[in-house]
Amino acid sequence: MKTSRLWAWITFIVGAAYFLVPLLATFEFSLRIRRGTYSLDAYANVLSDPSFRASFTYSVVIGLFTIVVGVLIIVPTAYFVRLRMPALRPFVEFITLLPLVIPAIILVFGYIRLYNSTSILPFTGSAIGTDILLTLAYVTLALPYMYRAVDTGLRTIDVRTLTEAATILGANQAEILLRIILPNILIAVLSGAFLTFAIVIGEFTIASLLNRPAFGPYLQLVGANRAYEPAALAIISFIITWGAMSMIQLLSRFAPKTVARPD
Amino acid sequence: MTEEFLRLEGINKVFGTNKVVSDINMSFSKGEFISFLGPSGCGKTTILRMIAGFEQPTSGKIFVGGQDVTHLKPNERKLGMVFQAYALFPNLTVADNIGFGLKIARTPRDQAAARVEEMLAMIGLAKFGKRYPFELSGGQQQRVALARAIAPRPTMLLLDEPLSALDAKIRVSLREEIRSIQRELGITTIFVTHDQEEALSISDRIVVMNAGRAEQIGTPFEIYNRPATRFVATFVGTLNTLEGKVQNVADRVVSVDGQAITLPALPASAQSDAPISLTMRPEAVVLGKPNGQDVVLEGIVSDVSFLGSVIRLRVNLGSNSLSLDTFNDQRSPPPALNEKIKVSLSSSDILILN
Repeated sequence: MKTSRLWAWITFIVGAAYFLVPLLATFEFSLRIRRGTYSLDAYANVLSDPSFRASFTYSVVIGLFTIVVGVLIIVPTAYFVRLRMPALRPFVEFITLLPLVIPAIILVFGYIRLYNSTSILPFTGSAIGTDILLTLAYVTLALPYMYRAVDTGLRTIDVRTLTEAATILGANQAEILLRIILPNILIAVLSGAFLTFAIVIGEFTIASLLNRPAFGPYLQLVGANRAYEPAALAIISFIITWGAMSMIQLLSRFAPKTVARPD
Repeated sequence: MTEEFLRLEGINKVFGTNKVVSDINMSFSKGEFISFLGPSGCGKTTILRMIAGFEQPTSGKIFVGGQDVTHLKPNERKLGMVFQAYALFPNLTVADNIGFGLKIARTPRDQAAARVEEMLAMIGLAKFGKRYPFELSGGQQQRVALARAIAPRPTMLLLDEPLSALDAKIRVSLREEIRSIQRELGITTIFVTHDQEEALSISDRIVVMNAGRAEQIGTPFEIYNRPATRFVATFVGTLNTLEGKVQNVADRVVSVDGQAITLPALPASAQSDAPISLTMRPEAVVLGKPNGQDVVLEGIVSDVSFLGSVIRLRVNLGSNSLSLDTFNDQRSPPPALNEKIKVSLSSSDILILN
């Protein structure tokens, strides 16, 4: 009993150190831009850089669009698969996992080939078209996380009976999705949304190869040309990602009423 | 009460190669409380789901109020339904749950609010409007589900084993409540259950189902006292079955474990020495031999169960045994175990099953 507890602590400390030591080292390094003294100048440099603001804003906007498009596609899909075509579930799950298996670089070369300016759908022919393509690419990248989050949410409610109960009361499919299903899986959808957001903020490959001014390429640019600022940026990125993750925790605590408790 | 309201015409339902409902032809009056009773898998829920519109009959038609609704979508049928699993919307308050159908029908807000208040009062949960379903007990949740089904003034109420998930005491009180609300509103109600006591206690008429077919349709009194088939007789209530032999066709005498019983009539197919099954309800058999009981049997008491107001005895006749219920009478204690006793019954209470 005692030894197993000791081992549990040792495992925990080793695991925590594995994650925390590089982070602390990076943080410490980011403070040493001035010789002989700690300062936050690297952070000030980063935050005052107009291209930081531009690229960050760009990625946030793309992230929000990605979430909206992703929710609009994935929630109805997961719902109908569960309700009408449960036999298709393994197949759909396999499809949603593909973005994890296919490297982003393959994806983006495929996109460029398919949607170049001479194709039927010349997305890459204009800046706004490329932005749309980037958003759709991010929806694909976020698919495994979003689908899984939504599907887990749907598992916690009795989709079929709730649908039937709402149907017999006169509701149509859109009303059921909007008034009953979505509110009941909102927490799951938001978890998926924040995961999506975290992915979009840090994504480099696709944004870079589509030549969009996103946050990922900016990180790379700064990392290649400066010494201390990249460390500060890494810490900032961490804070944003963690912020998104803790929002998931916070939200699930604030909305207990959507949880159906067993009798 | 005699106006035809719901008619099922030649309904069949096949799932793959499995025929779950066969040849259902029946009609019901407005305001009737109908129970579909049967073991699980007998097709009763499938019939309810076809009436609701969740399943399409493979063949046949469903008429409500003279109108063919067979191909209407469930959300166009204006029905109320209560599910076994309550199916309250977890994200909505009790009041919003009850008001959901009204909201979907775009009922003006003040009218809807008044109707919700009325429904809350009807189910005795007037102060629970702002609560969420998870804060209620099972019985309360099911009452909310009932109110939700009734609020939009449906043409018919469908109850899919609404009491099965509840514990015994609440089950009895809620079924009485459902029945009294149903009587007050005069709403035609279809109730699906596998519990014969439930069906007998609240129905105007019962449809006993077995293997996709309707075995018998009748009032609880008819179903219990004049079961049409062996299945109905054995499924509804307890039944004694005595295996005997025809002794004399002309005199209508049957022998059970060597004791002769003269019946009012024998089936036309009866032949001497052929085996025959006699059945009777436990309450048809009495201890001793009061007047008017023309069949007397002798046996040995093999079991005495004291059930409170009733004492159930098991009497061994030889190869057959027989249960009988007798009222608990303070002045005469029940017979002892292994005591030799006489029991009697009226030959008109004996049913011969094929």
